[in-house]
Amino acid sequence: MSEVTLENKEKFEELQKEIDQWKGKEGPLMPVLHKAQEIFGCLSLDVQKYISKELDIPVSDIYGVATFYSQFTLKPKGKYKIGVCMGTACYVKGSQAILNELAKELDMKVGDTTDDGLFTLEATRCLGACGLAPIIMINDDVYGRLKPEDIKEIVAKYKEG
Amino acid sequence: MELYRSHVLVCGGTGCHSSGSADIIGRFNSEIKAHGIEKEVQVVQTGCFGLCEVGPIVIVYPEGAFYSRIKADDVPEIVSEHLVKGRVVKHLLYSHSIEEDESIKALDEVPFYQKQKRIALRNCGVIDPENIDEYIAFDGYKALGKVLTEMTPEEVIETIKVSGLRGRGGAGFPTGLKWEFTYKAKGDKKYVACNADEGDPGAFMDRSILEGDPHAVIEAMTIAGYTVGADQGYIYVRAEYPIAVKRLTIAIAQARQYGLLGKNILGTDFSFDLELRLGAGAFVCGEETALMASVEGGRGEPRPRPPFPAVKGLFGKPTLLNNVETYANIPQIILNGPEWLQSIGTEKSKGTKVFALGGKINNTGLVEVPMGTTLREIIYEVGGGIPGGKKFKAAQTGGPSGGCIPTEHLDTPIDYDSLTAIGSMMGSGGLVVMDEDNCMVDIARFFLEFTVEESCGKCPPCRIGTKRMLDLLNKIAEGKGEEGDIEKLEELGQGIKIASLCGLGQSAPNPVLSTIRYFRDEYEEHIRDKKCRAGVCQALLQYFILEDKCRSCGLCAKACPVNSISGERKQPYVINQETCIKCGACMERCPFDAIIKR
Repeated sequence: MSEVTLENKEKFEELQKEIDQWKGKEGPLMPVLHKAQEIFGCLSLDVQKYISKELDIPVSDIYGVATFYSQFTLKPKGKYKIGVCMGTACYVKGSQAILNELAKELDMKVGDTTDDGLFTLEATRCLGACGLAPIIMINDDVYGRLKPEDIKEIVAKYKEG
Repeated sequence: MELYRSHVLVCGGTGCHSSGSADIIGRFNSEIKAHGIEKEVQVVQTGCFGLCEVGPIVIVYPEGAFYSRIKADDVPEIVSEHLVKGRVVKHLLYSHSIEEDESIKALDEVPFYQKQKRIALRNCGVIDPENIDEYIAFDGYKALGKVLTEMTPEEVIETIKVSGLRGRGGAGFPTGLKWEFTYKAKGDKKYVACNADEGDPGAFMDRSILEGDPHAVIEAMTIAGYTVGADQGYIYVRAEYPIAVKRLTIAIAQARQYGLLGKNILGTDFSFDLELRLGAGAFVCGEETALMASVEGGRGEPRPRPPFPAVKGLFGKPTLLNNVETYANIPQIILNGPEWLQSIGTEKSKGTKVFALGGKINNTGLVEVPMGTTLREIIYEVGGGIPGGKKFKAAQTGGPSGGCIPTEHLDTPIDYDSLTAIGSMMGSGGLVVMDEDNCMVDIARFFLEFTVEESCGKCPPCRIGTKRMLDLLNKIAEGKGEEGDIEKLEELGQGIKIASLCGLGQSAPNPVLSTIRYFRDEYEEHIRDKKCRAGVCQALLQYFILEDKCRSCGLCAKACPVNSISGERKQPYVINQETCIKCGACMERCPFDAIIKR
């Protein structure tokens, strides 16, 4: 078990603080996993084992929870997470074409992360901004009322950093 | 409290926020300061106004000037003209809010708002959701005070029962009964929970209430806690709703500070506190037993009922679980009396329902109408009809659990029972409009894809059955459908409905069954004629070059990635249907609109 090393010591300390807050309370696992993912970017096996020991929950249970929910990830995501809303309102207004265009422009499959670690492309659930359909989110930025031809310019902005 | 001569209300709902309302607020503040009128004009960030289509929205009172699609660069003009000189900036106003004589219409006379009745949304777009004082100024926490000092739990239950309120989250179970069951359940510890895991695609009512009026939910849950005998509540909210989470967090902290949550509320011996729990992207957690499993920290898998949550819920204790919109009705019922709600709606469905209008409709947004309003009124009067002069094809209600309603049922008065009778359901209130360009087989496939992905996998009818249905739909959409496929879909669908463990599986076949019921001819066309009349199913399409329009420029041939287009100068070009991959590149490239798909 590789666990805590020098480089990630601070991160584990931060996680420990969160865990301490939840000890003795009911149902601590979900909030702790949210925090752990925020700190580490993903829920690696080491992180799961650490939480297992601290909360006294079998690691198999934690793995079960971490893989059940779509927002938890075991592998790190790209620097820019592109989410294409596939809610009904966006879908009937052509979000599939937007998603295809993004996959083409970035030369990647939906659900993957580019080799340079820059982009992760995902089809997401309804983001609730149906008035702007079809929309995409890149990290916290929202782009709405899109047409496939808008994609090139938007992606270029992030490629340049 | 300061007195201001003008108020600038800027919508801070997710829709307007996404299109830059935070910048607009910042710009208003700096411009107002630059003109030295910051003591006269107050800028308020409110919840959703509802008319998301024309956002970002700014309303200036006392005139009630409704500015639409505002950009930060429009702000200096509004400040210098309207706020300083008192001249409304007409060219920035929402066009439907101007009378023929160029005066401004009152907001409730604008067609979008005319037929609406706002109970659950009454404070959305009116108050600053991050300021508890504004909620209190609009009778906030008055119902809690009345309940704690004047009413017994039995009286509260009786009030809710008489009002006829039914759960707004889906199935429409009578709310008063639910409260009574939890009240009567034996237990040393009880919980109150709020289902804010609004997962239906195209539905954002609950999000808007949480963002626009979070205290209404907190007040109602506290009333519920007093009534059923609980001292702890949980709000389970989607992690995908960051603004709602932020405003709820602020609201809970403010309520604690004011002694409206915590120990000895309003000086009584009743104590109650609330905690937020975030979902993590699992649609099934909207199902009540799955939601509770998730709050407890497990996989969000449903379990059989009974025992119902009222008997054995969170952490094995009796639990009252209602959805956001249901709670938002409670304080108003307490204050106005049960007869008031009784007077609104239809015989078996009382009050109002919030719908999220989306898809092919002019006024995309959030509307709240009395139960019994017809679909036609919602779509054509409130919603402003279908854009681009297209023909209405169907309205989808109830999300992945609901169905598609065709033209012949447009005049059905909307309530729980009428929607179920025509093969759909109220669901949480998503209402997505589809026009002639939408293929019903494709829409059914879209929803099935959703349920296949979101099925938790616990029970086989849902896990395997929905996958098999999706396989059949894919086959039909790809032009490989055979006689008998429709009947197989129907048989599978009925089986899944009967045999699934929870509401997700029991309702998953609805989108398929309802589209077969009303659009069987479209399915048959896909299977027999290999034709998709809406032009959506790619495999069934063919691209053609119209001879009379083709100018033989050759651009299409250059654009074709698989060299399937050939031609000579002064001769119309031709597409080789054998090798064409139907990518549509030629059609996009053609400057003369000479290429069509059919």
